[in-house]
Amino acid sequence: MNDLPLLSAEAMASFAARGFLRFDGVVPEDINRQFLEEMGDIDPPRPGQKMRRTYGEMLARAGVPQVPAGVALAQAYPEGTALKRLLDLPLVSGAIRSLVGEDPVFDHHFLHVTFPPAYHEASGGENVSQHYHQDSTIDPRRAFDIQIMYYPHTVTREMGGTRFLPGSHLRKVSEAAIARYQNIRGQQHMVCEGGTLLFLHSGIWHGGGVNVSDRTRTMFKVRINPSRSQVRQFDVSTLKPQDAQRPIFYLKGPLPNSVEQILMTPEPWHENDTSRLELLNRVKLWRYLTGDPDYDADYWATRLETLADA
Amino acid sequence: MLRQKVLALYLANSALDSVVVGWSLWDGTGETRRMAGDEDAPPYPTGLHALRDGWRLIQASPLLPHARGEEFDLAYLKYEFLFEQIVETGA
Repeated sequence: MNDLPLLSAEAMASFAARGFLRFDGVVPEDINRQFLEEMGDIDPPRPGQKMRRTYGEMLARAGVPQVPAGVALAQAYPEGTALKRLLDLPLVSGAIRSLVGEDPVFDHHFLHVTFPPAYHEASGGENVSQHYHQDSTIDPRRAFDIQIMYYPHTVTREMGGTRFLPGSHLRKVSEAAIARYQNIRGQQHMVCEGGTLLFLHSGIWHGGGVNVSDRTRTMFKVRINPSRSQVRQFDVSTLKPQDAQRPIFYLKGPLPNSVEQILMTPEPWHENDTSRLELLNRVKLWRYLTGDPDYDADYWATRLETLADA
Repeated sequence: MLRQKVLALYLANSALDSVVVGWSLWDGTGETRRMAGDEDAPPYPTGLHALRDGWRLIQASPLLPHARGEEFDLAYLKYEFLFEQIVETGA
């Protein structure tokens, strides 16, 4: 396990700040091909057939095992299957270890397919994108799960790749309560080559896009829980000691890149006042991930924790 | 026939002339079908620009005090402004 390529401090800080890490084209083509073969073909559209039935038949046929929630991730998939081979890729194992620690636990998985317009026309339904939502329930933990989104084939903009909002993961919302928000500044849409992985913090706001192409779009998601510590699981040898706080506000030029620079970079959608609370919440998450209860960036926490002498 | 269009703008602070950070539009005329993820640039730079374009403000989110112990908890977008246009249609 010690030979795993763990995430660097800067990659980890980027995940803490933005709630995602993207690895383009890292899954070898033979695994992508095997995965798609295991999923099987999807029937062409049938007039009058509801999408729910089309989806149900697809799930029943697909070569994805039913796996009980709560089993060890290492036991979730049979040896030799595409998903087992994917999870055993050193880059994937190293990222999982860095983010959720040793002995991760399988939560659930799902085969997400968006269908082109012909299917919706045949079913008499409407072809629309999925509303923004945060998966599962309100989650008050500082700890977090991860979700790996696997794109086994090329995804174009027209195919409706996953839409997500960088930096939204620290907001405590209730699943589809955020559906009212159609578009938010800085949102991203997954457009990628086959074999791309998107690692998401479980709190990230996201939704499936609308497919207006002429072929189905497949994405496989697996949610993973920590079972042990998430503290200092990344490559802490890349963590530079913080000798002093950076100068703030009055700057004569840009500051060099650093963990602090990554943590303190706001998102385009940040509101003026709550942006500062977002930065503070990132500091708290970095304290958790590094096991350093005194860590601060740009003085946001220190200012609040400095008490006058009684 | 009169039909309603509803525009939701989420702004960067409580001032109507602050920057748009999020937006949604529902078109009761049926001429357009807006949905999540369909636009990456906002329709107006600020809420004031929407007023100038004929949108009528019908609701603004209130400013609420921060409960003790929950001052740093963040959830939903904070500055929601709802607008409407009443449109004559041929339907």
